[in-house]
Amino acid sequence: MQAYLKAISYYLPEKEVTNAELAQLFPEWGAEKIAKKIGIETRRIAADNEYASDMAVKAAEQLFAEHAIERTAIDFILYCTQSPDQFLPSTACVIQDRLNIPVSAGALDFNLGCSGYVYGLAVAKGLVTAGIASNILLLTAETYSKFIHPEDKGNRTIFGDAASASLISTDGFASIGNFDLGTDGRGAGNLMVKQGGLRFPRAIEEAAEPVEGRFPDEFIYMNGPEIFTFTSREIPGLVDRTLLKNELKKSDIGQFVLHQANQFMLEHLRKKMHIGSKHFFIYMAMVGNTVSSTIPIALYHALKEKDTAAGQHWLLAGFGVGYSWGGTVIKFD
Amino acid sequence: MDIETFIGEFAEQFDEISTESFGPETQFKENDEWSSMTALSIIAMVDQNYAVRLTGDDIRNSTTIQHIYDIVASRVA
Repeated sequence: MQAYLKAISYYLPEKEVTNAELAQLFPEWGAEKIAKKIGIETRRIAADNEYASDMAVKAAEQLFAEHAIERTAIDFILYCTQSPDQFLPSTACVIQDRLNIPVSAGALDFNLGCSGYVYGLAVAKGLVTAGIASNILLLTAETYSKFIHPEDKGNRTIFGDAASASLISTDGFASIGNFDLGTDGRGAGNLMVKQGGLRFPRAIEEAAEPVEGRFPDEFIYMNGPEIFTFTSREIPGLVDRTLLKNELKKSDIGQFVLHQANQFMLEHLRKKMHIGSKHFFIYMAMVGNTVSSTIPIALYHALKEKDTAAGQHWLLAGFGVGYSWGGTVIKFD
Repeated sequence: MDIETFIGEFAEQFDEISTESFGPETQFKENDEWSSMTALSIIAMVDQNYAVRLTGDDIRNSTTIQHIYDIVASRVA
C-alpha cells in the first residue's frame, strides 16, 4: 500500500510583532537590518492564554473546513510539539476530544522541532503502509514565544508561533517516497530549554538577569553560530542521500522545500548545493521560523504557486533542535 | 590564501560601520556592528570562499582577524 499527502492547512495566532516594533524595543540593535537579512518582516505570537494545542485544534478545524474532510474518517492523530500543555496525558488525547474525533482513533504526541514534520510523515507513512491506520491527522504546533526571554532580541526576531494540520491517507495529491533520517545528540545543548522537566526543575525564585549574554536556563537557548555550522555540514548530505534513496537527481526536483530556518541560512545552503532559486521555495517573510510548521506552511503556499503537474517530485527536508534531521520526496499524482 | 584578501572578505560582512581601518590586529568584536548575525556571516563566508568549517567556538575564542585567519589557513585543504 502507498501513503499519500492528501490535504494541508495551517493556523496563525492573531497577535503580530513587526520588525518596526522590535526596532522600537531594541533601538541599539538594528532589528530592521538584521530582520531583512534573515528574510522576516513580521511574525505572529500566541496570546497569553493561547497554547499550542489551541492552535493545533484551530489548524485541524481549518483543514476539515477547507478540504471538506469528515472528522469521523480520522483514525490516528500524530501531534508534534515541544510545547505540550502538561506532562501527562499526551496532548493528542485532549485534542481527540476537542475535535470530536472518534474514540476508535489512535493518538500520540512526539517531541521534535524543525525536523518534526518530516518525521511525522515518516511515522504516518509507516502507519498507512502497515495497514494500522488509513487517515492520519498530522498536527504540528509550537509556541516558542513562551520560551523566549523578553530581552532575547535574536530569538524574538527569528521565531514565530503557528500550527499546521495535514492529512496522510491511502490516496491524495502526492505519494510519500523514501526517507533519510538522522540524529546527533552531541548538539543537544546548542538549542535547548533546559529547565522545566524533571532533571532540571524550573527555578522557584524570580528569573535572574542574563549572565554574559546568556539568559537563565528556563528560557530557550540557541547557539546560532553552532546551529549554522551544523546545518552547513549536514544538510547538503541529507539532500544527497534523500535523492539517492529515491533514485533521483537534483535536476529531477521541481521544488526543494526545506525547513524555513531563516533566509540567510537557506540562501547559503542553496548556493552550497548549487540549486537555482527558481526551484528553491521560500516562505517566511510573514511568519518567521515557526519550527515544525515551516515545511507545511511553505508547502501550502508552494502548492498554490508552483507547478504541481503529475509526475513532479518535490524534496522536503527538516533539520534542527536535537540535532535531528530528515528528508523525503513527494511525487505528484 | 593571503591575509590582505581575507581582511577584505572579512570586512565585507560588516554593512555600515567603516572597515577601512581593518587590519590583522583588529579586534572585530569591538566593532559596534558585531552581532551573532555577523558571526554567521563570517562562518558562511569562510565556508563559501575556503570550504573551511569554522565553529562558533572558533569565533568565541578569537579576538583578532589574524586569529581567525590562522584557524582558516590551518584547515585549508
